Amino acid sequence: MPKKTQITIDRSTFDSANKDQSKYKAKPGLSKEVVLEISRQKNEPEWMLERRLKALELYHNTPLPSWGPSLKDLNLDNIIYFVRPNTEEAKSWDDVPTDIRTTFEKLGIPEAEQKSLSGVGAQYDSDVIYHKLKKEWAAKGVIFENMDVAVQKYPDTVKKYFMTSCVPINDHKFVMLHAAVWSGGTFIYVPPGVKVDIPLQAYFRMNAELGGQFEHTLIIADRNSEVHYIEGCSAPRFDAKSLHAGCVELFVHEGSRMRYSSIENWSKNIYNLNTKRALVDKNGIVEWVNGNMGSGTTMLYPCSILRGENARSESLGIAFAGPGQHQDTGSKVIHAAPDTSSVIRSKSISAGGGVSSYRGLVRATPQAKHSKSSVTCDALLLDDASTSNTYPYMKIANSDMDVAHEARVGKIGDEEIFYLMSRGLSQEEATKLVVSGFIAPVIKQLPLEYAVELNRLIELEMEGAVG
Amino acid sequence: MLSLNNLHITADNKEIVKGVTLNVPAGEVHVIMGPNGSGKSTLANTIMGHPKYTVTTGTITFNNKDITQARPDERARAGLFLSMQYPPSIAGVTISQFLRAAYNATHTPAFSVMEFNKVLREKIDELEIDRSFIKRNINEGFSGGEKKRIEILQLLVLEPRFAILDETDSGLDVDALKVVMDGVKQFATPKRGVFIITHYARLLEFLKPNAVHIMREGNIVRTDGAELALEIEKKGFEK
Ligand SMILES: Nc1ncnc2c1ncn2[C@@H]1O[C@H](COP(=O)(O)OP(=O)(O)OP(=O)(O)O)[C@@H](O)[C@H]1O
Ligand SMILES: [Mg+2]
Repeated sequence: MPKKTQITIDRSTFDSANKDQSKYKAKPGLSKEVVLEISRQKNEPEWMLERRLKALELYHNTPLPSWGPSLKDLNLDNIIYFVRPNTEEAKSWDDVPTDIRTTFEKLGIPEAEQKSLSGVGAQYDSDVIYHKLKKEWAAKGVIFENMDVAVQKYPDTVKKYFMTSCVPINDHKFVMLHAAVWSGGTFIYVPPGVKVDIPLQAYFRMNAELGGQFEHTLIIADRNSEVHYIEGCSAPRFDAKSLHAGCVELFVHEGSRMRYSSIENWSKNIYNLNTKRALVDKNGIVEWVNGNMGSGTTMLYPCSILRGENARSESLGIAFAGPGQHQDTGSKVIHAAPDTSSVIRSKSISAGGGVSSYRGLVRATPQAKHSKSSVTCDALLLDDASTSNTYPYMKIANSDMDVAHEARVGKIGDEEIFYLMSRGLSQEEATKLVVSGFIAPVIKQLPLEYAVELNRLIELEMEGAVG
Repeated sequence: MLSLNNLHITADNKEIVKGVTLNVPAGEVHVIMGPNGSGKSTLANTIMGHPKYTVTTGTITFNNKDITQARPDERARAGLFLSMQYPPSIAGVTISQFLRAAYNATHTPAFSVMEFNKVLREKIDELEIDRSFIKRNINEGFSGGEKKRIEILQLLVLEPRFAILDETDSGLDVDALKVVMDGVKQFATPKRGVFIITHYARLLEFLKPNAVHIMREGNIVRTDGAELALEIEKKGFEK
């Protein structure tokens, strides 16, 4: 029996905000002035400012997406696009201001860093306030930096990779927005042959009311290297709707293996409109694990582009939609080379009127000979008021591709609940046990601490949604 | 200990049980027999509080408390246990997880994982169940007989005060029947009550009931001693 860590958390760990002590806060709304100011304060090279301004122009000329969940309560003119906490990036938690440090302590970050991580970054609103890589990895040439710092320190690499071939700035409306106002995030480079066998983690915390967060993550795994990166996210709860529009670009070079795990637990007032994509070269492997518990509305479809022979993608997604939540998530894979393979597994739970949708795409070009893909989506509805949708798109432009797709939607069974209750479990305990069983096959794939964390978050979300 | 007073039960507006009165005192074992569809499982499930069934008239009392409207988990905590005729499977939930959750829901103080696993292993061995079952998902892919054994395993681990066994003896091979009935015998101490639904008088080789009731079309039509079961087996319900 796995060790069961008994942690009782109350939602306030995530939901309560610190007093706003920002040293700089832009005026609400998106304008050229804001973009210029962001770039000026960061002392960016000219080319980065140009990319931002180009993106801004594209953004202004592009309509909102006409599909997916409603974005009508998202008032983009109210959002504050740049909020800087009153601190510099620290290399020691002692140098982080007390209120901010306490927040991260409550989230368990410094502790996890000690116990089980190779390096940690922590972002608070627009700025990274802590960043540290253990010495042994730095000695092997691993780079783990705040994205803003990377622009200054590694301009050639960043200029080549940043929003060019993986997620270009014109990709879609919220990518354009992101490119214009991005701030903070993570830059990782793993040299050829280096295997970072202990995860690196970044935690993103939004604090200021109406402050948007637009961190950029760029990870490059050079030939035959290995890296596991973990991301956690949360925000306090406010009445006004705010926005998180991050962007993740993964470069999985020949023979390398990258695992990207993320547990997004934004508060219910957040629109989480995120873009994550991996370019996978010959014999490369990318593994995605995405848990989406929080946010009012999520649109997130991590994408793998398998552009080298024998490249592989595995993606696991868990989404929980409680009262008032709309989780529109899924995975995309583009098979663009021979002998590529992909596995997508998605589990969603809807409760208390929540809506979860699986929206996925498997595409294969004529080059993708002898490739295969398997997609499995399971949805569990905890009551009649909740909804689950499945939109699996397939565009297969070659005849010998092996494609399997399976989708199941089930309502939690009265017989199962009665069985458990007849053994003494309350309705809520019974429901939780059935849900934990439902996600168990996916949870088993996670490292223990993450499995515990994810289970805990789902239980926590269910507290308000069941019964 | 358990009393049913003029119990009328409906499901989907159809009356299935039509005025059953019955009393099982502590220390006694009662058997119910009856043709298929006569309402035995309906009665058993209703005693446990299955939401599908509605008690329209009458009461269920357990240890002098009226539990007619109590939730199933309240009944379980009061000491009632139902071994279901068709226990459902629960995906992803192992027997050990399931049983420990059930144990901790009905007992204070709760067992630690270690203490619990010890008890679980003891009982599993007693019932000659392979230990590998501990890690299997509850009832998933179990054979009919395996499900019944696992129901009895639950009975022995949870140690309730009153057990309702709905055809727990059906589908068991001879050896399994002996093991299971030994388990029931071990359970049936003077402070406890047992209510057995069965189609087979062979049960009597293991256990002497205090009373046998015959149910037909939603009513108890006859009650007698253990010998009634033999008579039914010989002559059938129609005579
Ligand atoms: N939800 C329901 N709606 C309508 N009829 C029902 C419902 N549940 C049970 N019944 C009917 O009630 C009758 C009694 O069923 P029950 O399962 O109690 O019989 P039983 O005596 O246990 O039979 P068996 O010996 O076959 O197990 C049957 O005719 C059954 O079809
Ligand atoms: Mg029956």
